Amino acid sequence: MRLAVIGAGAVGSSVVELAADYGHSVTAFADSGSAVVDPDGIDAEAVLERKRTDGVVGSVDPSDALSADYDTLVEATPTTLGDAQPGFGHVEAALERDRHVVLANKGPVAERYADVRELERESEGTVLFEATVGGAMPVLSTIADFDPRHITAVRGVLNGTANFILSRMATEGLDYEHVLAEAQDLGVAEADPTFDVDGTDAALKGVIVANVLANDDTEYTLDDADVEGIQEITGSALELAREDGRTVRLVAEVVEGSVRVGPRLVPENAPLAVSGTRNIAQLETEHAGQLNISGRGAGGPETASAVLADVGRL
Amino acid sequence: MSDSTDEVQSYTVRLELVDEPGELLRALEPIADNGGNLLSIFHERGNVTPRGHIPVEVDLEATPERFDGIVDALRDAGINVIQAGAEQYSEALTVVLTGHLVNTDLSDTLSRIHESSDATVTDLSLAAPAGTTDESSARIRLATEEGAVDRTMSAVRTVADEKDLRVIEPLAAGGDL
Repeated sequence: MRLAVIGAGAVGSSVVELAADYGHSVTAFADSGSAVVDPDGIDAEAVLERKRTDGVVGSVDPSDALSADYDTLVEATPTTLGDAQPGFGHVEAALERDRHVVLANKGPVAERYADVRELERESEGTVLFEATVGGAMPVLSTIADFDPRHITAVRGVLNGTANFILSRMATEGLDYEHVLAEAQDLGVAEADPTFDVDGTDAALKGVIVANVLANDDTEYTLDDADVEGIQEITGSALELAREDGRTVRLVAEVVEGSVRVGPRLVPENAPLAVSGTRNIAQLETEHAGQLNISGRGAGGPETASAVLADVGRL
Repeated sequence: MSDSTDEVQSYTVRLELVDEPGELLRALEPIADNGGNLLSIFHERGNVTPRGHIPVEVDLEATPERFDGIVDALRDAGINVIQAGAEQYSEALTVVLTGHLVNTDLSDTLSRIHESSDATVTDLSLAAPAGTTDESSARIRLATEEGAVDRTMSAVRTVADEKDLRVIEPLAAGGDL
């Protein structure tokens, strides 16, 4: 398949790098200021080298990538809230041309799910977005396989940065500020970790799951989620939990039409008590009990794997 | 069958005692002091609960009205009443509260939770690393009647909200609270 990749961050760049491995070619690649287009497939290595050294992927206008020849648009620009632009506009442009869309950007399906589905209905193209929830983990495709109507609840640890901080605080007895600084030094937390620690990122993932489970009956956005972060968790609270065989995890919970994200007490040996940057999603199925999916929830190649798995499903 | 409130009936009370000298006597006094007639005491000395408490089963006779007084007196004395008569406190849930727990009257917080939800505090652990005038944390184990977990949680949230305390709630997944 021919891919147009929009967004040249860790995920977009990894998709370009790995596409050939999965038997696809990249015919267009754009960052926020430039683009490269080649109907015969771009030279991934050369383009990524140019991005690293000159900070641009090519010499044409980014909008040229949207009008290039491709079968599937990979939308990997940063997640934006509210109108979810410019990501939403890229989705719209592709669907209007009857092309498929694979999203790594959470904005369009977390904030404008009904609009995306409406555009998809009018198009020959299909929209898939496995990479938006749980990085490499096949959460949405498993829900689709089981049929959303047979999934009664989804609970998960869906933010690696927050989980790293909580698990370090618990094992080392260190306070929040100290561990956050350490996480930033290690590159686990970004310079501005707000969306990770205040629960927004996990909530967006919860909202996307809620949209999928609702089967187009109800639309959810970030405003529908009840969100609490981990900034106020103290070392002594974690110590009290530990004494009782428990720990605290930032859990996203989608159950009976509600989306809730907040620090919760979980037994220390429970599947949900994953440590470090690891993620987990626990599906409560109607006929088959609990199903746990665990793995790497973020990272360039990890998330790109989920994007390319979606491309393979088309 | 009689609903008379002055007719003596027999009851079984299940308690969990801290493993300390004098604790059993301390638990029996409120029964005698409130008009209960002790029938038997089953003290499972070798059997400890996961939290290191000793389960004790007490059979007694009392009128229904006096029995209620006995249970209240036991709780006032800080004794963990796990089961009283037919009413079993079968669901336990644990929460951690953080904030100005001591300045906002922890004892009042606990009794308000009890009053508005009928849940019993069966265990309390307080950590105040920066002293009691600063923020502290408390782990509270509550025993509720079966099916009353939601009501108990909402009572905890209401009190915490009023006193500007943060609640780390348990996750109900798999019934493990």
